[in-house]
Amino acid sequence: MTAVVNQLPIGLSIAAVLLLVALGLTVTFGQMGVINMAHGEFIMAGAYTAFLLGDLLLALPAAFVVAGLMGLALERGAIRHFYGRPLDTLLLTWGVSLVLQQLARDLFGAPNVQVPAPSWLSGGIGILPYNRLFIMALAVAGVAGIWLYLTRTRLGRRTQAVVQNRRLAATSGIDPGRVDMLTFFIGSGLAGLAGVALTLIGPVGPALGTYYIVDAFLVVVAGGLGQLRGAVLAAVGLGLLNSYAEFWSDASLAKVLVFAAVIGFLQVRPQGLVALRSRALT
Amino acid sequence: MLSANELESGYGRARVLFGVSLDVGPGQLVCVMGRNGVGKTTLLNTIMGVLPATSGAVTFDGRDVTRLPTHERARLGMGYVPQGHQCFPQLSVLGNLLVTMEAARTGKESVDSALDLFPGLKPLLKRRAGHLSGGQQQQLAIARVLVTRPRLLILDEPTEGIQPSIILEIEEAIERLHASGLAVLLVEQYLDIAVRLADRFVILDAGQVVRTGDAGDLHGEDVHRLLAV
Repeated sequence: MTAVVNQLPIGLSIAAVLLLVALGLTVTFGQMGVINMAHGEFIMAGAYTAFLLGDLLLALPAAFVVAGLMGLALERGAIRHFYGRPLDTLLLTWGVSLVLQQLARDLFGAPNVQVPAPSWLSGGIGILPYNRLFIMALAVAGVAGIWLYLTRTRLGRRTQAVVQNRRLAATSGIDPGRVDMLTFFIGSGLAGLAGVALTLIGPVGPALGTYYIVDAFLVVVAGGLGQLRGAVLAAVGLGLLNSYAEFWSDASLAKVLVFAAVIGFLQVRPQGLVALRSRALT
Repeated sequence: MLSANELESGYGRARVLFGVSLDVGPGQLVCVMGRNGVGKTTLLNTIMGVLPATSGAVTFDGRDVTRLPTHERARLGMGYVPQGHQCFPQLSVLGNLLVTMEAARTGKESVDSALDLFPGLKPLLKRRAGHLSGGQQQQLAIARVLVTRPRLLILDEPTEGIQPSIILEIEEAIERLHASGLAVLLVEQYLDIAVRLADRFVILDAGQVVRTGDAGDLHGEDVHRLLAV
């Protein structure tokens, strides 16, 4: 019983990281239909930003901007020429992902680096270490921020309009290309935040993103494409499942179990946890 | 106000328009008619830049807009209501109006005056647009475009698939807008509505203009032949 309880903060913080990664994907994959395999490398970029700055609170906005700008460059430089061609986008961004990983190896070396956690995050309340609490708080803030952005701001409303009916948005005087840029900036920036969060619970390496990208896609698909509520539920579910399965068996078997669970779930409910009637991924 | 000159366009290798020309003068209501599949919607899409023109030119207010992106044409005052009562389904009715108002940089009073034309929308402002009936969505679609304060209203079959009571309201709204001096380019299937509303008409067949004239000339055997399905 104590083992179950002790594992809980680990599972929840993994869920929180997954949620931050998946939030970005919910925006770019779920809403824009772009399969961005380089999203994981934006996590890595965020983590290295924290490594370079060495200050957690400074690193958060910096990582958001760094990862966001990388996403913006990718969207403007490449992805926008491939809208509506998901397979080409997949290959393209996978290539970019490999290039970025090699770039990180050249810049920072292949071995992992450690980012020292700030002293004010050592300790904890009972079984809840402060660093994992901080990650959870960051994820909650991320979800709240995205929700407020989409529903309470002019730009968010404009983003929704473009996502829901791109052509109608253009005939209404909205420039869809500019909205795409902004959406990609925000979605990628969130991956940067996830990267900073990861420095609190482990070392940083060039392949950091690859450990999370597949799980994050699973979260988006299982949650229902483009659905915030679905992404939250799926991230918590998958994060807990993952950490408990890992605890009782081992890392490889845990992955098998998680995949099996998601595949089984999608057989029963192919539209994901939360379904949107009027939007399909084409 | 608007003139299309020898417009050609299509989808991939399939030509749809073969040199269509038409003019809409200031304050004029021009009705485009023709059977299904003769290129009416394609013509409007090409005028609006949703579909690129492969040749020919579109001029709006004396300015060549042929290569301008759709959203910039909209900002110049071309208000397009596409076919099929489209809206932003997950936004509220008010959200639909506001997002358009913000994009067009018009003020709050543009929303009020659009709602005055369709008072039936007022109690629905908080509802999701996707949950409205087709007729309500069509009213919203027209109201949404009016919010941009267009100088030319382009309507693609606004009465198609709409319950008769609302057809009447939409017809009256178009009539009032036209009477207030707004230029209108209307694609319409119903001959009686066209006769009642239009100043001039253009009949398309197989991607070409086959008849033009004043609304009074809209009768006779050949007109019926061109419009019959």
